Amino acid sequence: MPWIPRGLRHGIVTSGYPKRPDGYGPGFFGHVEVAPARGDGPEALARGDGPEALAAAVDECPTGAITFDGDVVRLDRGRCILCGRCVALAPSTFRADPGFETAGHGRRALVVPAAEDDDAALAETRARLARRVRGLRRSVHVRHVDAGSDGAEEWEVAALTNPVYDVQRLGVFFTASPKHADVLLVTGIGTAGMESPLRQTYDLMPEPKVVVAAGVDAASGGMVHAGYAARGGVAGFIPVDVYVPGSPPSPFGILHGILEAVGILGSRRHIGAEGPKDEAGAR
Amino acid sequence: MNDAMKTLWSSAHAQPADAEDAGDVAVFPSTRQRVAAGARFCGLFEGFRGAGSPGEGSPGEGFRGAAGAALLAVVSSEGTLFVEEARLDAGRRPRYESLTPATPAAGWYERRLRDLFGIEPLGHPRLDPLSFPVPAGSAAPRGIGGDPMVPMTPDPSPLPAHVHGEGVFTLPYGPVRSGVFEAVEYLVETSGEDISHLRTRIFYKHRGIEARFCGLGVADGVLLAERVEGVASVAHAVAFSQAIEQIGDVAVPLEAQLVRVVHAELERVANHLDTMVRHTEAAGQAVAYAVLSHHKERVQRLRARLSGSRFGRGVVVPGGVIRPLRLRPSEVLATLTSLEREIDEDVRRLMDTPSFVDRLRGTGVLAHSDARRFAVVGPVGRASGQSEDVRTSRPYGAYQRLGQRIFEPHEEGDALARQRVRIAEIAGAFHLVRQAVDLLDELGEPQRWRAGVPAVTGRSIGWAEAPQGELLYVVEAAEGRLVQVSQRSASFHNLAAYPAAFPKDIFTDVAFIEASFGLSIAGAAG
Repeated sequence: MPWIPRGLRHGIVTSGYPKRPDGYGPGFFGHVEVAPARGDGPEALARGDGPEALAAAVDECPTGAITFDGDVVRLDRGRCILCGRCVALAPSTFRADPGFETAGHGRRALVVPAAEDDDAALAETRARLARRVRGLRRSVHVRHVDAGSDGAEEWEVAALTNPVYDVQRLGVFFTASPKHADVLLVTGIGTAGMESPLRQTYDLMPEPKVVVAAGVDAASGGMVHAGYAARGGVAGFIPVDVYVPGSPPSPFGILHGILEAVGILGSRRHIGAEGPKDEAGAR
Repeated sequence: MNDAMKTLWSSAHAQPADAEDAGDVAVFPSTRQRVAAGARFCGLFEGFRGAGSPGEGSPGEGFRGAAGAALLAVVSSEGTLFVEEARLDAGRRPRYESLTPATPAAGWYERRLRDLFGIEPLGHPRLDPLSFPVPAGSAAPRGIGGDPMVPMTPDPSPLPAHVHGEGVFTLPYGPVRSGVFEAVEYLVETSGEDISHLRTRIFYKHRGIEARFCGLGVADGVLLAERVEGVASVAHAVAFSQAIEQIGDVAVPLEAQLVRVVHAELERVANHLDTMVRHTEAAGQAVAYAVLSHHKERVQRLRARLSGSRFGRGVVVPGGVIRPLRLRPSEVLATLTSLEREIDEDVRRLMDTPSFVDRLRGTGVLAHSDARRFAVVGPVGRASGQSEDVRTSRPYGAYQRLGQRIFEPHEEGDALARQRVRIAEIAGAFHLVRQAVDLLDELGEPQRWRAGVPAVTGRSIGWAEAPQGELLYVVEAAEGRLVQVSQRSASFHNLAAYPAAFPKDIFTDVAFIEASFGLSIAGAAG
């Protein structure tokens, strides 16, 4: 049995996430952060980038993810493909940050910084989802469907079963049958050809079910956006609960999205706000 | 550095077959001649609207401006690409004499052109819809009378079967399949267990991505190219950028070419490991699966440390690269050494595991004759006696000066041979990365990582050896904007030969054959 010692040779390579933070997060560019405004002037301008630099960032963004109304700068992570142009053009406003915990409840949650009236709405969306998936907290089965990805997303989803991420330790399993699935994990821009197969898969899943759209392609169509065969995201086909930004999203990002969707993280990350302390870190 | 690529154009553009001498049906005489003489068929593409035509190209304009509608037949012979252009009759439904009877490798190209552009190949033996089954009564989305911005829904009606007889039935498998896979449907014609014939339906995930190129600036074009076939992002960015660099006569700094080699070769290692991971998964080799998928993850992490992206995105741009490698040469070399040694040991052990090797040996045999007829490229071709690798046959960028190991093609044509080809290519890729990093170290910090790219006008073909095989980008630009872009992934080209690998196999072999072809549906579906 030569394989058994072989398998032991590397020791434990499995991440402790989400119980413990994982050191890999800082390894690469995970998301664009909009720096908090300073000073009293018009919010955006006070950061140090002039209006020309901000206008250039808006113009040069290949997916139209940035808006600037002369006062407030907003970035839609559901469109951002992490090309880094805005970071180069307006470095005091946009920052290339590591970190993957960027999944959001609902499409509006991906727009940063959030408008003040968004916060209450987001909390409400999150609470509603938490009530719906209460029964799923122990273990969930995930059905993945490709609705027109570029193929990279499938690699990152499949990576979740490698020994580094090993999602089975968290009670997350991939399943072949939609009838056994709790979570529908969708990738891709929402092609015309996949509309019907995706709907059928969704309809076959028992309640309660939850949909995670992984990647900017699934959120908005990304670089491809829309056309005769593309529908600019999957939300037109089925109701989406949680969006994971990224082009493609990293395995940790996808994992974070799944855990957010089924409420496994909810109690841990929002101690005091939503749940009793003894649930913290249960996993 | 671009000299070797430029000479190829001297013999391009054969005489177009025009209305007078061909009765308004193009026939591609030189392409037929060359293919008969043993040249490798590389593809048939929607043509250009005429170099220098002002960029009135609204997104996806394509053939609708029909003035310059043309077809380009491309063949490769002894390190040269030959491009034959045929102008099409703009007034009527465009048509031409099918090339498929002369070379079956043209079959899929002609089906694609008919679906997307409504161009009719006369005498095609079997014109089933492929890329996008246009619903009855509608015009082709990118052809005359079509509008690529108007949403359409493909017609998923079943295709007629190839095999008829008592007890023979068609088993549809997909597009939602068991496991984490790209969406594709296989129609398996069977009488029970043996696979009599297999057809592939790729339209489910056709994204209309080439129409999206039209009207983009070249800087945005390369971002889109990276997303045509996500697992080969670097190869796509390189092939696209080289097409632009040829049009603009841009000399890419050597340092940038070397950085491209590093990212492209690590991409090859990751892809080849991926096929092995899928083999071990299909064979139920749990420990080997864990070990190899861990190695693949390590390669992806190394790529992220070097480029900022696990897929090497956002680095290669027309003119060079955005940034140097993010690790010092000594760090890269140290990581490579341990990675290569451990991959080598584990792969060696895998090839000494009889219960694994037995699943690959004799499985999915692609005969030499079929590989030649379908002009199969990449590792799949190299396992069936086709030796061409464009890194050596038409070397580009830094491949012109790095030492490359030449491997004899394998002869067996089965999944095991394809695995062996990839094992050798992983070693070759590490060898290239090490040379490139050493050379970068010697060169020191350069003046610049990218050359300026003018607002290019003209047309060209760029290429690269992606992990899947030869990748082509046929590009026309006007004043820095893209007028028309066709990408030809090896996945599209090789998938046409896929059914030829099945006739002796049974259902349980499908997973191995699919993994051993190592193709990306995104790249094939377009």
